[in-house]
Amino acid sequence: MDLEKLERILLQVQKPGRYIGGELNSVVKDPSQVDIRFCMCFPDVYEIGMSHLGIQILYDMFNRREDTWCERVYSPWTDMDELMRKEGLPLFTLESRTPVKEMDFLGITIQYEMCYTNILQILDLSGIPLKARERGGDCPIVIGGGPCTYNPEPIAEFFDLFYIGEGETQYDALLDLYKEVRSSGGSRNAFLERAAEIPGIYVPAFYDVEYREDGTIRSMTPNNPHAPEKVVKQIVTDMTEVSYPEKPLVPFLKVTQDRVVLEIQRGCTRGCRFCQAGMVYRPARERDIEDLKEYAAKLLENTGHDEISLSSLSSSDYSHLKELVYFLIDRFRCKDVNISLPSLRIDAFSLDVMSRVQDVKKSSLTFAPEAGSQRMRDVINKGLTEEDILTGAAEAFKGGWNKVKLYFMLGLPTETEEDIRGIASLANEVAKVYYDTVPKEKRQGRVQVNSSTSFFIPKPFTPFQWASMFTREEYLEKAHMVNDAMKSQLNHKSLRYNWHDADTSVLEGVLARGDRRVGAVILEAYRRGCLYDSWSECFDSRKWMEAFQSQGVDIGFYNLRERSLDEIFPWDFIDAGVTKEFLKREWERAEKETVTPNCRAQCQGCGARKFGGGVCFEGQS
Amino acid sequence: MKVRVKFKKTGMMKFIGHLDVMRYFQKANRRAGIDIGYSGGFSPHQLLSFASPLGLGLTSEGEYLDMELNSFEGSEAMRARLNGCMTEGMEIVSCRLLPDEAKTAMSIVAAADYLVFPRKGEEWDGWQEDLEGFLDQGSILIVKKTKKSEKETDIRPLVYQWERRDPGTFLKLACGSAENLKPELLLEAFYEKMGREWSPYRFHIHRLELYAAEGESGWISLEEMGKEQP
Repeated sequence: MDLEKLERILLQVQKPGRYIGGELNSVVKDPSQVDIRFCMCFPDVYEIGMSHLGIQILYDMFNRREDTWCERVYSPWTDMDELMRKEGLPLFTLESRTPVKEMDFLGITIQYEMCYTNILQILDLSGIPLKARERGGDCPIVIGGGPCTYNPEPIAEFFDLFYIGEGETQYDALLDLYKEVRSSGGSRNAFLERAAEIPGIYVPAFYDVEYREDGTIRSMTPNNPHAPEKVVKQIVTDMTEVSYPEKPLVPFLKVTQDRVVLEIQRGCTRGCRFCQAGMVYRPARERDIEDLKEYAAKLLENTGHDEISLSSLSSSDYSHLKELVYFLIDRFRCKDVNISLPSLRIDAFSLDVMSRVQDVKKSSLTFAPEAGSQRMRDVINKGLTEEDILTGAAEAFKGGWNKVKLYFMLGLPTETEEDIRGIASLANEVAKVYYDTVPKEKRQGRVQVNSSTSFFIPKPFTPFQWASMFTREEYLEKAHMVNDAMKSQLNHKSLRYNWHDADTSVLEGVLARGDRRVGAVILEAYRRGCLYDSWSECFDSRKWMEAFQSQGVDIGFYNLRERSLDEIFPWDFIDAGVTKEFLKREWERAEKETVTPNCRAQCQGCGARKFGGGVCFEGQS
Repeated sequence: MKVRVKFKKTGMMKFIGHLDVMRYFQKANRRAGIDIGYSGGFSPHQLLSFASPLGLGLTSEGEYLDMELNSFEGSEAMRARLNGCMTEGMEIVSCRLLPDEAKTAMSIVAAADYLVFPRKGEEWDGWQEDLEGFLDQGSILIVKKTKKSEKETDIRPLVYQWERRDPGTFLKLACGSAENLKPELLLEAFYEKMGREWSPYRFHIHRLELYAAEGESGWISLEEMGKEQP
């Protein structure tokens, strides 16, 4: 690496600290003493990527292996990108400033669809051919992991393999295999063939997809005897058996999640029908409370952070939540450690905790009703009633809060105008509760009820995977309907409303449920200059639309069509635990507005029990 | 009690800005278990303040930060403890006890020493003579732009001393809340005078020391104002 050149470039970019490495707890090894060089990548800007717990877990896990050195890379921001291209500086790892192309593996975590063009940027700046089939022995094996791999097809041609499931389970086998194949002089393809035999590993090149005349999939079949017909998601069955990074990286820059993160559980028992995480991370598995207490102390000590937050889906369901939260407050609050709470169900417990760790006057209360009417909430199986919300709000107002945030979705299946306007009336009701509960002399100004809506995007492996979406214009019409309804409410002066961008939602819809033919559009969009599509200041819908047009790919086919129950989906080759039968059952119950109880109340036979752990076996020895 | 910490910031750490260095020390203090005082309120912050922010891209062997401690274990012990928690490019030079009535470094800093020299490939024949000729002028006028107006100022009086010192030029410049001259600004004016295009990567700028004024026309380094405490 030409250090003078690098320094010259760094002195011309914003936040050069993004590219220097050397953070506390980063790992430096002697390259001559390791067999495997692994580069872990989060394809977004440093401050986002460094906030991700998954990378910390894998970084720690890989570096525990004596034979492996895991380093990191994040997406260069657009200013850095430009200078690197101009000066001919290849993308390098943060730890050793080695060109990424010289690594044995490039592992990319794919957390959201809107990062797809950033994946191509990473490959491009590294000098790695964008398409897997064009890569030779001088290129790293490019692996994809993370939630988007539950439909990897739109980006299948850019990856050598995908790892479907939780990283703690099969990576050792994969790395051991790599060493074995290499020492016996095996080829890249020989490694991929053997890798395809490891549970959870999907090698896209080993499958052929055929389409029907109507554009839907006729079949997806292995073209290599080593590739299984179904790729089974891998999960940790016993959370006490996996390691947790006790010395996480501590960045110099202020990153999005600048605190200790304690993962308290994986998966969720709730079964909200729109939620992909709630389905693909099944079964719900808790971490041991005593382990968590110990980790909390160690992590604070090893990082020097002054804040700790809990991470999980639906944290209120963690069975020892009360004990854990009170432990953290008692033990660390006196040391001026801030405790940042995840979204909790609003009740006496959470209000008590919040009043102890937050400044009530400044903080706001968050509810996620997701839909405005009870009918709509029954359809999506969000077990939160209007009464829950209003009672919670009343309690909070009595406790001194006067700011409330409400989160909703628009464009849900079966949605009517009444459901849409229901968002505004619910917001109004919340404001009304304030004026009914808090006497005039105790009010600190007006109550603030901030509602925001996102447009619902159907995701693979959810009961709504069959649902159709809407056009950009229809989405905006819905948002305007809410906006108008807000203005006509009695308490409209206390209500604020904002909605998400519709163009992004349309694109995300295609990328989420797309097939291999969408890959050409992503590549074309990247060539036309699309990058950082999840950043509103960078997103250029027009370029994407041109890319769709030039590749002859019809957005309507992916977004506006209601899929038939017997359609073969691009992601059907993955066995995520939850069965298609269960998802169909839930889709039908949704149409009938029938709610389904959570896992602990009554098992629904979703299929996740076969993994042999978690909530499915709770209370059984 | 008040303790003045002197530290070096070198290597790649020059790319970490002032606010991030502040956050860095807050975390380092926690890791090292320094018994530092906190402000009250819902988000308490550590009682520490820096003498003078160092520009992005500059290195230094004379940075200062004052801390308000509840208890102090001695200069060497604290230095060792903090150094055990540093990352590459950050090094604690000393931790000295200040008199109780001492003013903060920030309020008394008045001058700074720098060593400046061109990066590899950026030098030209006679650059040093050119710089000396530039500094030898009776006045150096620059245009300071603010949001509202443009004002011409003479920065020459803010250059207190200069001399040739390998591998470049030594400068003593005004530094502080009353009078302040960033070396970057001086070099930019130099480049303009030479008809050359300035860019932050042209020169290495290394800060050597920070001073408070002492007596009529003397200087005392901020470090000398504290005492080593066993």
